[in-house]
Amino acid sequence: MLSLYLVCDSIRNNPIIESMHVAIIGNGISGITAARHLRKLSDCSITVISSETEYFFSRTALMYIYMGHMAFEHTKPYEDHFWEKNRIGLLKAHVEQVIPEAKTLLLDSGERLQYDALIIATGSRPNRFGWPGQDLDGVQGLYSYQDLQALERNAPNRHTCRRAVIVGGGLIGIELAEMLRSRDIPVTFLVREPSFWDGVLPSGESEMINEHIREHHIDLRLATNLKEILPDARGRARAVVTDQGETLECDLVGLTAGVSPNIGFLRDSGIEVDKGVLVDRFLQTNMPGVYAIGDCAQQRTPVGKRRAVEAVWYTGRMMGETVAQTLSGNPMEYRPGHWYNSAKFLDIEYQTYGWVNSNRSRGEEEAHFHWRHPGEKICLTIAYQPKTRIFLGINTFGIRMRHEVMDHWLTTGQTVDQVVSSLRQANFDPEGFARYEPLVRHAFNLEKNTPQ
Amino acid sequence: MNTLTSMSLAGGPPKAMNTNQKMAVFLGMASLFILVLATFGIDFPNPAAWLTAALGGMALAVVWFSRAAYGGQPGGVKNNGVWFKSVSGRGIWAWGLGILLTGFYIVLYFYPQYLGLVRDGDNRGLIALFDPLSRAMSGNPASQWFVYGTLYTLAIVAFGIKFLWKYRHNRYQVIRTLSVMFFQTAFAFIIPEIMARLNGDLPYYDLKNIWPLNYYNFEKYRVNAFLDAGNIGLAMLIFGVVSILVITPVLTYFFGKRWYCSWVCGCGGLAETAGDPFRHLSDKSTFAWRVERWVVHSVLVFVVLMTTAVIYSYLGPDNSKYWLSRPQFLLGVAALLTAIFAWVMVYRREQLRKDARLGASAYLLVILGLVAFHYLSDSRHVFLFPSEDLRKTYSFLIGSIFSGVIGTGFYPILGNRVWCRFGCPMAAILGLQQRLFSRFRITTNGGQCISCGNCSTYCEMGIDVRAYAQKGANIVRASCVGCGICSAVCPRGVLKLENGPLKGRINPKEVLLGNDVDLMKLVNENT
Repeated sequence: MLSLYLVCDSIRNNPIIESMHVAIIGNGISGITAARHLRKLSDCSITVISSETEYFFSRTALMYIYMGHMAFEHTKPYEDHFWEKNRIGLLKAHVEQVIPEAKTLLLDSGERLQYDALIIATGSRPNRFGWPGQDLDGVQGLYSYQDLQALERNAPNRHTCRRAVIVGGGLIGIELAEMLRSRDIPVTFLVREPSFWDGVLPSGESEMINEHIREHHIDLRLATNLKEILPDARGRARAVVTDQGETLECDLVGLTAGVSPNIGFLRDSGIEVDKGVLVDRFLQTNMPGVYAIGDCAQQRTPVGKRRAVEAVWYTGRMMGETVAQTLSGNPMEYRPGHWYNSAKFLDIEYQTYGWVNSNRSRGEEEAHFHWRHPGEKICLTIAYQPKTRIFLGINTFGIRMRHEVMDHWLTTGQTVDQVVSSLRQANFDPEGFARYEPLVRHAFNLEKNTPQ
Repeated sequence: MNTLTSMSLAGGPPKAMNTNQKMAVFLGMASLFILVLATFGIDFPNPAAWLTAALGGMALAVVWFSRAAYGGQPGGVKNNGVWFKSVSGRGIWAWGLGILLTGFYIVLYFYPQYLGLVRDGDNRGLIALFDPLSRAMSGNPASQWFVYGTLYTLAIVAFGIKFLWKYRHNRYQVIRTLSVMFFQTAFAFIIPEIMARLNGDLPYYDLKNIWPLNYYNFEKYRVNAFLDAGNIGLAMLIFGVVSILVITPVLTYFFGKRWYCSWVCGCGGLAETAGDPFRHLSDKSTFAWRVERWVVHSVLVFVVLMTTAVIYSYLGPDNSKYWLSRPQFLLGVAALLTAIFAWVMVYRREQLRKDARLGASAYLLVILGLVAFHYLSDSRHVFLFPSEDLRKTYSFLIGSIFSGVIGTGFYPILGNRVWCRFGCPMAAILGLQQRLFSRFRITTNGGQCISCGNCSTYCEMGIDVRAYAQKGANIVRASCVGCGICSAVCPRGVLKLENGPLKGRINPKEVLLGNDVDLMKLVNENT
């Protein structure tokens, strides 16, 4: 009986891996996915270290807590007993320093933690570009649980926060605006670009979002930059000054001009960093046994047209799965496949598959077909190569698309004509929704048959 | 730092209603007050006028409130402040409302005389107020059930309008809600009253109320009344049997149990309209899921035993009284249950958890054992107890306490589908059908899920939708009533209710979502 057990065990498990201790810094989606998959694939001991929260919660849902759609409990994808049951150790601590030579972590408690393999998954922090007054009370970003707590203090209601100014027109900026509006707080939204997110979105889409932002009574200021934040007598932010020479009184300044890797604690550790922690395709750093995944990782060679640092939910998840495979004795390269993403701008859902560049950044090799619904806030843009008519990507607003189908079309190199004619196959809207495909097809054929 | 508390509750977000909402609430309360006064014995000089004022006032108040809440805003998810508001966040108003509703149900079921019911004479109080409407419809004076039916229908219609306003951007929700409003008004309210007027011998029959939800459908007095009412009565009796044995499995095969639970059923209708503000209160823990599986299936076994015993008790030993005799009936039931069990164990065994296999086997053995015991012993009662005792116990525990007092009374505390999830034997049967042979599933859209949890939070059946969505798996759960709210509140367009081929419907394997090779493999496996 015993020998049978040993035989089975040696087939199933690699003894070197089984006795290993894997330390994971960060309990966000990347670190937690790595931990879960490591547990599935191996018997190693696992410690996840975080100073943010005791248990994994979904960062993407922070906004819904403030808006009252959910309580914090609901943002936790696993029940609290899950971790013990799956023998995933959770340690509430802050890692001050990594000493790769000694395979040791130095914690804020002064304790040391030994590891055999280390996964760095520390995510991002909000950008601050050296604006005067950026460290005043009442000035904050929105990324962590602590940021949400700060927001509850700074802007619990419209009496304490009579106006908020948000600086930076990206995805977090518009989320913060939506959050504040849910409590009737007046919001002024400073956007550097001449149109919302038009470094990413084609102009038709960007303009539609401008309209929608204003429809929600958000005071949108395009092509406007922050110059400085003015303090009051107690050292709280009381107003911002824009480069248009205007002074806007406010009680909250939201800084949402993007995020960058949260890797300050790695300084002098010998782990090679640039913007993020530099990793190869196996997500390994220059130090053997040390890996970095998620927002904080930077690919030495970017994958395809993807950025070297991608602060995206699903890439964190994919990297977590990939590194778990590698550490369980099945070395696996990180291959994120065709680009896709989604977001929501107030009431308008946005999905993208493949590459659709903005008017500013697209080159000669990318033509666009844009269609917008005559009445509703619904539109789409299909990008294709003008010569070969090969389909490059699609953006949809207010229409849900089927990931599987889009991925298949991108892989098999369909033409824009095929995509438009079979668009219905890709529709993922709920049953009973109005069909837009005939309108899209009609507009497409009209444009195609019109001499340019 | 305590991560367990929802710190937003301390934050002081806006809870105030706008002026129009306040005026609407005032109108609603004033109209309700007319009913309260009537209950306490105030005689209104012109009951028809006062009743119209009360019902009209309440309906108008709800519509006015909805317009003030949702009108003038762009269509979209309207869940701001749900957890902050006292009534939808288990605050003091929620408890107050819960106690009020629970009290109402207790009086309705057990002390109708307090509502003014007089057995042999003119009604008084609240029920007397409803007499004019009842007489206008069926020609008879009102009963407590007529009062309840009227208020129930009014709630579904008025709060249905509120729901339509709230979800006006979502056509699935709009069509589904119009459907429950229609079925309640026509099938549960108007048609039975008109039938009573046309043919006084027919028992009251809401045709969409199928056994075992309608657990008394095959009791002696009803069966005899059906048979005495001639061809139309016989047709209705046959329809009752065909409903559960043929219509139900066929429709569930094509559409999932949603065709009934969230499109047709009256309980579902109330839960989806008046109960909508409480849908997020359902318990999502795996523990609750385990309790649900045992409780709801035990109720199903109970109703099967009870109904079998009741029918058995009035059948004759041979075919002289009815075309069916006692032995034929009892053996038929045993054979049917055994056949269903055998089919599941042969063709669906791998889809059942261990506890499901164990539970099903144990329950079948108990039922067959009881049947055998009955034949081998000379016990008068088919299932140890007199059938009347079984019937009374079921009627009290399940029919009244569970479905009414707890199921609806506790809406503001436990959520709006407690009865449907834990107690309804009809939902249990439809759930088994849905899980084992239906084309219905909720599809997850590749790798787009961000695990935010809106879907799970707003699932009234307490399904942890996110657990499936975040691993790219389809959701095929017995309890899913297909209300479509998970899909509606998803900010990333991840979920879609669909009917499709059974192959590849359940795909619990985790995949590297989006990673080149694996996604293609997944696509190929599924096509």
